[in-house]
Amino acid sequence: MTWEIVIGLEVHTQLSTNTKIFSGASTAFGAEPNTQADAVSIALPGVLPVLNKGAVERAIKFGLATGAHIAPRSVFARKNYFYPDLPKGYQISQFDLPVVGNGQLIILVPASGTRQAYEKAVRITRAHLEEDAGKSMHGDFHGMTGIDLNRAGTPLLEIVSEPDMRSAAEAVAYAKALHTLVRWIGICDGNMQEGSFRCDANVSVRRPGEPLGTRREIKNLNSFRFLEQAINYEAQWQIGTLENGGAIHQATVLFDPDKGETRMMRSKEDAHDYRYFPDPDLLPLDISDEWKEQVRTTLPELPQAKQARYVSELGLSIYDAGVLTASCEMADFFETTLAALSPNPSPASGRGEQSAKICANWLIGEVSAQLNRDNLDMAQCPITPQQLGGMIRRIADGTISNSGAKEVFRAMWTEGGDADAIIEAKGLKQVSDSGAIEALVDEIIAANADKVAEYRSGKDKLFGFFVGLAMKASKGKANPAQLNEVLKRKLSG
Amino acid sequence: MINASLKQISAHLAAKKISSVELTQLYLDRIAAFNSRLNAYITVNPEMSLAQAREADFRIAAGKAEALTGIPIAQKDIFCAKGWRTTCGSKMLENFISPYDAHVIGQFNNAGAVNLGKTNMDEFAMGSSNETSYFGAVKNPWDRNAVPGGSSGGSACAVATRLCAAATGTDTGGSIRQPAALCGISGLKPTYGVCSRYGMIAFASSLDQAGPMAHSAEDLALLLNVMAGFDERDSTSLQREKEDYARDLTKPLNGLRIGLPKEFFAEGLSNDVAQAVEAAIAEYKKLGASVVEISLPNSRLSVPVYYVLAPAEASSNLSRFDGVRYGHRAPDYTDLADMYEKSRAQGFGAEVKRRIMIGTYVLSHGYYDAYYLQAQKIRRLIAQDFTEAFRQCDIIMGPTSPSTAFKLGEKGDDPVQMYLSDIYTIAVNLAGLPGMSIPCGFGAANNGNPGMPVGLQIIGNYFDEARMLNAAHQYQLATDWHNRVPQGL
Repeated sequence: MTWEIVIGLEVHTQLSTNTKIFSGASTAFGAEPNTQADAVSIALPGVLPVLNKGAVERAIKFGLATGAHIAPRSVFARKNYFYPDLPKGYQISQFDLPVVGNGQLIILVPASGTRQAYEKAVRITRAHLEEDAGKSMHGDFHGMTGIDLNRAGTPLLEIVSEPDMRSAAEAVAYAKALHTLVRWIGICDGNMQEGSFRCDANVSVRRPGEPLGTRREIKNLNSFRFLEQAINYEAQWQIGTLENGGAIHQATVLFDPDKGETRMMRSKEDAHDYRYFPDPDLLPLDISDEWKEQVRTTLPELPQAKQARYVSELGLSIYDAGVLTASCEMADFFETTLAALSPNPSPASGRGEQSAKICANWLIGEVSAQLNRDNLDMAQCPITPQQLGGMIRRIADGTISNSGAKEVFRAMWTEGGDADAIIEAKGLKQVSDSGAIEALVDEIIAANADKVAEYRSGKDKLFGFFVGLAMKASKGKANPAQLNEVLKRKLSG
Repeated sequence: MINASLKQISAHLAAKKISSVELTQLYLDRIAAFNSRLNAYITVNPEMSLAQAREADFRIAAGKAEALTGIPIAQKDIFCAKGWRTTCGSKMLENFISPYDAHVIGQFNNAGAVNLGKTNMDEFAMGSSNETSYFGAVKNPWDRNAVPGGSSGGSACAVATRLCAAATGTDTGGSIRQPAALCGISGLKPTYGVCSRYGMIAFASSLDQAGPMAHSAEDLALLLNVMAGFDERDSTSLQREKEDYARDLTKPLNGLRIGLPKEFFAEGLSNDVAQAVEAAIAEYKKLGASVVEISLPNSRLSVPVYYVLAPAEASSNLSRFDGVRYGHRAPDYTDLADMYEKSRAQGFGAEVKRRIMIGTYVLSHGYYDAYYLQAQKIRRLIAQDFTEAFRQCDIIMGPTSPSTAFKLGEKGDDPVQMYLSDIYTIAVNLAGLPGMSIPCGFGAANNGNPGMPVGLQIIGNYFDEARMLNAAHQYQLATDWHNRVPQGL
């Protein structure tokens, strides 16, 4: 009998405000310890929190982008526990009345082995605003612990999904889709190394059709690879335990990336009683329809909508449209290239579709491959959309052949420069002068009378032989389409 | 000079009859002479006070004086003041020098007032007798064997003994009004949100409110003019038009409808307090007011409700005192948990610990609904009682405290008896209403004990401080209880 894996994710996204959620201290990453810890961050006696509107707007954006309910009134609550990097002895969070509820995210789970790629909707239970804690630094302090409160008070949006995922692959696809979305709508920089996007995974297993099993929560997974490894390990561990007659007890576990294992952090019995209660220092958060609508006007076109538009208006395949909208950088690059290509775009025209298809092929093909090889991300791409557009314009108007384009592309990548200048310098211009091509074909026919006779008697395969000769004679510059046309005409007598 | 009103002092300063430096020195000398007997101040810093006085003198000379410029004000040691030791009456903060000013302190500084020193108080404002202060109890100036009330007992004592021109206090359940009553001075707790709580060390955030303590209603109005005002650093601070709280002082009281809650004149009220309060009501009738009996049926629940909500908030507010970043840290500990336990065990006194434990309990899983949520519901009912009552009257009057000042140590072993001394004041905080206490007589002298001051409590509707001050001022024009001064100082 098989097992079903059930996964729900809690993702902490650091919101991209310049200042903290309850004070004016900077949130910039990487400053000297405690240089961004103001009176509120270190919780001096008597200081009070004041809510950062920018953090709320980012939460609203997220809610709108996931079709969620934006609570007209939500409440900040105190989560009480002692820890040295939690300066107030409580974290200001939201508990029973979060700002965002009941959203949904469509994910694309990529093909794997014999399984096809498929789409799936993952429900978002809630998303709430809260403040981050500081950092405890062990080591280098002569047996003591150092505390850096620069991060204390950084705004977070904790996004909680329903247990809708059934495999590590689905969980990763969801996390990636979420990662794309928060960057897409500009609420989080998505930097996982700096901890701007952190996942906790709730994992349980069950026999299909049975009620949910007992879950264990894997804390603080800060890469998609660790997320996948940790879930797979944890699920196998739970299955193994159950199959050996054991039972799963609710617990919080940590993933050790070096060993590839999860290990127990605390059991349910050790769980804190956080003694949540509404924070009396903060008023309930009221969000009017006007505010919501005003924020809506700042939302960019969302990936799903863009994808649909690429298919209907630009004639791209669903697959291509999906790849091009996998990140906002990719989509931006694509659209800027397209705009550079045709200053007055008329997307509905056949010409526009042709250019869009060429653009898509280059981005999905050469550009992505080269970025991968050089281990760069889109933002670091050495070629600008304007450069790429300039090259594609020359492909579309027949100035260069595809093989010539590859040479142009390599030159632009390594040395920079305009396509036109490179074409000129490297002499890559195709010969499209019909007189010159006809003369060249005439010469070849005259010099190979025997082969011509063979061809004319039915040996069609020789056509390639003539193309090869003609290309060689033109030093590869003959416009292939034109050459084909002339050859065909002249050979058929 | 020490018996003069703030208005008179200001006039003397303007007329150069005395400089702010001289006046400040006069008070500093009095503090040096008498504080050891009274224990009203925790910290004085003559150097800093006199520096402010010198600045004030320049400002007066430049003709830029405001109503309080150059006047020495004592600050309850709950307000953070830059460069001043700010202890909140606790060993936990015994050596804490605040790096910043509370909003209220900033307001006084802007007005050119002189910070004369930090007054004693119950530890973290938790107490009704000042006996929980780590720095020892304040003495009642009328009988040094009696308590001054709390938690703003140091401020009340300093005002009564003329060890300052005026003072500030804070009131979470009666901490301005009750010591004002027990020391025979005037004190006002404004509507919740009128004075910013920024920089005022939090006890129970939804109840805490700063207010002035002084010799008269007129002085209170001038002080409140400086203390009140919107502050964006306190989300519960109210954004309202600036008002002059002295504007209605001289209005006659004809037609004023005074509500007398029958629950405030029932069992538990001592005879001498009842008599003094009734005499004050009679005086009000002479001044043209009418009286109507009202009922606050849920006010009997205010003490239990308060002792759920205030400790709940306090248990969380006091979590920051963990010995990690500032404040007391135990000298020896074995690990993190041990450091927390020892630092807090050593740094907090018994009453603070009691309230942290009560608060932690009522917020705990499984008890929250039964205690915290239930108390919040009753809190709303208590507020509704007042809304109902103010349909029938303009202002509510009654005793501030059920008895005059009790003896030091008398209620030390019985926290519930201690809590009941705030039975008439707590409901006002729960409703967020403004309340004040003014002197209205003395209790009976007996067994060689002197008669102790009695306070009349005046409760107004939201933002009705000007009307309350008017009622108090008119009474003080007709009586002289507020001018009585304890002997021997």
